[in-house]
Amino acid sequence: MAPGTWSTFLRRGAIWAFIALELAFFSIAGEFLSVSDKAFMNWDNMLLLLKQSAPLGIIAMGMTLIMVNGNIDLSVGAIFALAAVILLDSMTWPFMAAMGDWSFLLAWVFALLAGVALGALNGFLVWKTGVDAFIITLGAMLGFRGLVFMYNGENPTSHLNWTLVDFAEAQFLGLHTATWFLLVVTAGMWWLMNRTVHGRNAYAIGDNREAAVNAGIRVGPHMMINFMIIGFLAALSAVVFYSESGSVNPNDGMLYELWIITAVVLGGTKLTGGSGSIISTLGGVLAIQILRRGLNHIGADTSTVNLVIGLILIAVLFLDRQLNVKGKEALRI
Amino acid sequence: MTRPALRLENIVKTFPGVRALDGVSFEVLPGEVHALMGENGAGKSTLMKVLGGIHQPNEGRILVGEEPAVMANPLEAKAKGIVFIHQELSLAEELSVAENIYLGELPRKSFGRVDWATLYARTDEILKKLKVGFDARTMVGTLSIANQQMVEIARALTVDAKAVIFDEPTASLTDSEKVVLFEVIDDLKKDGVGIIYISHRMEEIFKITDRISVLRDGEYRGTLVTKETTEDDVTQLMIGRSLDLSRNHEHAEVGDVALEVRGLSCGDLYRDISFEIRRGEVVGFYGLVGAGRTEIAETLFGLRAPSAGQILLDGEEVHLGSPVDAIARGISLVPEDRKGQGLVLGMNCRDNMTLPQVGDLTAGPFVSDGAEIAIFDQYRDKLDIRTPGWRQTVGNLSGGNQQKIVIGKWLSMHPTLLIVDEPTRGIDVGSKSEIHKLIRQLASQGYAVMVISSEMPEVLHVSDRIVAMYHGELIRTFTSDEVTEDSLIQAISGIRTDGGDKAA
Repeated sequence: MAPGTWSTFLRRGAIWAFIALELAFFSIAGEFLSVSDKAFMNWDNMLLLLKQSAPLGIIAMGMTLIMVNGNIDLSVGAIFALAAVILLDSMTWPFMAAMGDWSFLLAWVFALLAGVALGALNGFLVWKTGVDAFIITLGAMLGFRGLVFMYNGENPTSHLNWTLVDFAEAQFLGLHTATWFLLVVTAGMWWLMNRTVHGRNAYAIGDNREAAVNAGIRVGPHMMINFMIIGFLAALSAVVFYSESGSVNPNDGMLYELWIITAVVLGGTKLTGGSGSIISTLGGVLAIQILRRGLNHIGADTSTVNLVIGLILIAVLFLDRQLNVKGKEALRI
Repeated sequence: MTRPALRLENIVKTFPGVRALDGVSFEVLPGEVHALMGENGAGKSTLMKVLGGIHQPNEGRILVGEEPAVMANPLEAKAKGIVFIHQELSLAEELSVAENIYLGELPRKSFGRVDWATLYARTDEILKKLKVGFDARTMVGTLSIANQQMVEIARALTVDAKAVIFDEPTASLTDSEKVVLFEVIDDLKKDGVGIIYISHRMEEIFKITDRISVLRDGEYRGTLVTKETTEDDVTQLMIGRSLDLSRNHEHAEVGDVALEVRGLSCGDLYRDISFEIRRGEVVGFYGLVGAGRTEIAETLFGLRAPSAGQILLDGEEVHLGSPVDAIARGISLVPEDRKGQGLVLGMNCRDNMTLPQVGDLTAGPFVSDGAEIAIFDQYRDKLDIRTPGWRQTVGNLSGGNQQKIVIGKWLSMHPTLLIVDEPTRGIDVGSKSEIHKLIRQLASQGYAVMVISSEMPEVLHVSDRIVAMYHGELIRTFTSDEVTEDSLIQAISGIRTDGGDKAA
């Protein structure tokens, strides 16, 4: 085995081992603690779990690209909410209402374009100002959320379109619509990152930016495209989720960015860039969702869930550090 | 005569206050290996940056073949067929060998897909030429440094190179890897590529080069045909000064042994190092970059654990686990990177100077302004630091005054041993001699001083004794009365001559 393969295997495989451990734990603990008499690994329960992973999961795929690239995007929760408002409100506009039920297709286009435009704004500012993406998107997070509140004050924006609800609640080959969206996005992003020049350049820029610049890669436009992709995915996530629920509160999507970053980091993507995998991010998303549902299953309340996930995140990163430091010369400071 | 592959005509490059290159001209013929030599600071790296499009020359021109070439950035240099093999590798470790070699120019299929088949096939073809033991799919991070360097070389082979510049290519290679490298150079030669080979290692230079050009103080000093010259001739051309340049002859009164090091080793970085420094003595450490000098200093300051050997301070064995230990034992380090490691640039003069001891300068729970200012005033006068006042931000001072602040900071801790790494790097000529005087003064006041420098005149000027290092080994210790520039250059090139104890 080539040097490094073992630790790479551990890093890549660890998240799946962790998921297996979670499933085993909740299945067994559920026998004793659960208030319902359904098993945790009940088929319907698992399907629901996948469906509920979709909103965070879809955005997490974009976040993996952004973080591999050496950036971060804190504004995804706000883009998610703004896209949802546009999606639902646009269907009430007179000319849209006149189009009948199928107006939702146009509403989707509006929402997705809004996501791309907001992402493009982030990317453009990161490119042209040279200010760190953390700061730019922190500002964007506050600003975009402000727009959401300006739209409809503290009130929820609602619109139910039954064609849309039917579509969102449909099951195809057993899986829910939302799950299919998650799977397609995962496959698409995997293809982008592993098979296209753009994706491979994302790794190169995150790993060694100077080398990438010297090799003639135009880093600024490249980053802007990535921010447009994550903006699109944040809007897509809103489209998938609100097609079904039909009502958005101005506070929806708050703290999404933190859950998403947690999932991506659990999946092994480095905060410093250059390393990460879409498939492992899927693992990270599922691991968090299983933990939430599982703790719920055994009767723990929400505050416990947050505490446990926080502890696990730190423990995982500590382990990762130990694995990575091993073998390298440690210069003590 | 054949047309030169690359020709430099009267290149001048100035930086504020410095004439880094002063009319450098030379040419490299196709199929020639042309060595470029000179002491540290002679202008080699500036010249290479001009060639690589990182700096623009103020005067003169560069010709590739017969075409005058203006390079605005590294990419244009590469497009013109000028390729660098850098000493410091610039690779993305998480990507495969193939992706690194074709970074920025990955072959594409429709929809922006990477054409992996073509990429791997092309890469494997190049790798086969280089006879390396890894393939196109290997992740660069798993390769040894030598193999990573091979990846850099492979990159050079992807373009139609007119001139390839090797910058200290053998610095991290083993002997068998060197053989492979020389074969690669030989192949390039046969293909009619002009090669510039930068190295300090005479042995290699005489083995593989055809001609040798020498720079000194930014000026072109001449070109020698390798076969018709000797190491002495080259050394002579490199140093050029009269051989009795101001060596230090005024020795201070020497006291007890302050520091003794016995058989100190740290992995591959340095091996079996033994020396002592007495109070009132300045010991200079001279060698090429990477000889292990800075690493020894880091060990003495508790930053790098030794793998074997003893450190004795005032005759007592000590274990230095961290800088806190080292400072408590009276060891101070004035680091090489003054702005990065020595100073907090945004803080004022006084706060920088009292930084290591501010916890002791308190009145009740509060830091005492008065005590801090008193210390600042004392060392400002003692070291003649020129600043409008203690409120001045350190970043606004000149290099010389900044260095004095760092030295003052450590003197105020009353150390036994003061280690100064590259004391005058980036400091103008006038302040240099002041710093040198200051170092001599400190010795006469009874401090033991260890000076690490890559500048020979500096080492000669301040040291009572000089330790010559090569590749992590202590080659020889000279007294300032017996040292000659020739013998010193030979020692740091790894040539052992008799005379003097190995471990003084």
